[in-house]
Amino acid sequence: MVNAAVWDIGYLVAAALFILGIKQLSSPRTAPQGNRMGAMGMFLAVLVTLARMYSEGVVGWELIVGGLAIGILIGALMATRVEMTGMPELVALFNGFGGGASALVALSEVLGRLQEGNVPDAGVELYAIWVAIGLSGLVGWVTLTGSLVAMMKLKGGFVVPISKKWVRFPTWGPPWLNVVKILLFAGSLYLVWLTINDPTNKDYIWGIVGLSSLLGILFVMPIGGADMPVVVSLLNSLSGIAAAFTGFVIGNNVLIIAGSMVGAAGLILTFIMCKAMNRTLPDVLFKSFGGSGEKDQVTRTKVGSDPEEVAMVLDGAQKVIVVPGYGMAVSQSQHAVKEFANMMEAEGCEISYAIHPVAGRMPGHMNVLLAEASVPYEQLIEMDDINSEFPECDVALIIGANDTINPVARTGEGPLAGMPILDVDKARVVVIIKRSLSVGYAGVDNDLFYMDKTMMLFGDGKKMMNELNSALKEL
Amino acid sequence: MLRRPDSRKTVPTRGGGKLSLTVAALIGSITVFVLAIFLGFELISKVPSTLHTPLMSGANAISGITIVGALILSNTAFNEGDPGTAAWIAFAALIMATINVVGGFMVTNKMLEMIAGKRRRGGK
Repeated sequence: MVNAAVWDIGYLVAAALFILGIKQLSSPRTAPQGNRMGAMGMFLAVLVTLARMYSEGVVGWELIVGGLAIGILIGALMATRVEMTGMPELVALFNGFGGGASALVALSEVLGRLQEGNVPDAGVELYAIWVAIGLSGLVGWVTLTGSLVAMMKLKGGFVVPISKKWVRFPTWGPPWLNVVKILLFAGSLYLVWLTINDPTNKDYIWGIVGLSSLLGILFVMPIGGADMPVVVSLLNSLSGIAAAFTGFVIGNNVLIIAGSMVGAAGLILTFIMCKAMNRTLPDVLFKSFGGSGEKDQVTRTKVGSDPEEVAMVLDGAQKVIVVPGYGMAVSQSQHAVKEFANMMEAEGCEISYAIHPVAGRMPGHMNVLLAEASVPYEQLIEMDDINSEFPECDVALIIGANDTINPVARTGEGPLAGMPILDVDKARVVVIIKRSLSVGYAGVDNDLFYMDKTMMLFGDGKKMMNELNSALKEL
Repeated sequence: MLRRPDSRKTVPTRGGGKLSLTVAALIGSITVFVLAIFLGFELISKVPSTLHTPLMSGANAISGITIVGALILSNTAFNEGDPGTAAWIAFAALIMATINVVGGFMVTNKMLEMIAGKRRRGGK
């Protein structure tokens, strides 16, 4: 029998590696090393656990080895196979698995204890463990079902198993739904309280599972579009909290440290992301998709241009700035954009890409998509650095961006007030590829569309980029 | 009957008595919990937006630490027949936690190579 202190020191080193890992992940230079540190910490924690179990006597390896093998296989396969465009969904899915695992550990512990008749007498131990089991389940199930809904929303929908029909995932949330959510949350907490008074009653445990699973679904259902990253970040924070509660359930400090640290850091990240979008967390969570719900009615009209016209304007341009947005991700047009850039560069034109901090479905989404299309990193320029270049640029080509370029944000009025924007309106000619004149996520009309120097190409991002490319070839 | 030799050790038995979680041990764990939360709040302050997603994904992989709990509870014997519901649930938890950990770190690495790796090679 090895002294228990050895294991605790091992866990402490693992926890230190997690802390360093998260710290380093927040800076571009050290991020890859930070990720490796986190992985090393996890490897050490697993190793210490296995060694401890071995030294204290393992009664059966089947489930341990089987579970690890299946998990490694599936996890590695999913991580290798994923396309860069499917990254946000995968992060949401993994997050759900983390929360689900915590919930299942708590469930397994309570069922195991009931099976063995190993229920403590009323007292600190009973209260502490049963409250931890209840809360770990509550947070864990919310994280699991919430993340699954978030994943399907990021995908845009799901395939119905039998009919193979593609169904768009609904974004639905009337104001009264918030009351239902509060009731579900209160109900789950009440069930946790009931389990303390009647610890052997399994009905309460299953009740917590049911209510919190439903709560997770309803929690994410009303949130849509550009708010999704914020929700995934919040769910990430919750999965950490679930792991911390599980730490109380099994009496292990490394779970408590790593879990609560991820929970807190995840919450800070959530606030940072909210701030970049000029939104507050309560707005994101409790006001349904579309901000205040009052969208501007678009009454003005603008005559659309055709790709040939735009190609003529582009002919001879010295400097073009490409502004990608949510629309580029949706239409998967990054390769067409790269092809366009290649043609322009062959004519001696200087191409750069303006990256708004919240463009796309997830922060950094544009970088990842364009990197996938082999756009050199130096051409991707962040907002603060590129804004001064717009006045010297001949053409600003905007693909599926709206709110991030809306000049109304400068006026300090309306939902976009104060949000930093890309100064595309300072370019000599503005070309916008967009499906219609409709308002963006914030529900505000965009004056930029109606300016004389603006040319609108109405249509799907990929289709219009391809047509523009062939028009350029014909010149 | 489910046999879990370490179920007695799932709570520290510093009080000496069988299965007793002392108030002191509980307070110790709560202290760790609260301090770690404060640590997490202080840990990150300014993150460039390109790193939001990798940071989220990396932190998420770390929250897969619940794998430790899943491992401990998966320790069950088959020689007496079906190990029982609790064991199978622990098995499911182990699979999910392992996917979370392995997939999470791999995907984060992949993203960082795309974002940060090109920066180094680009010499910027």
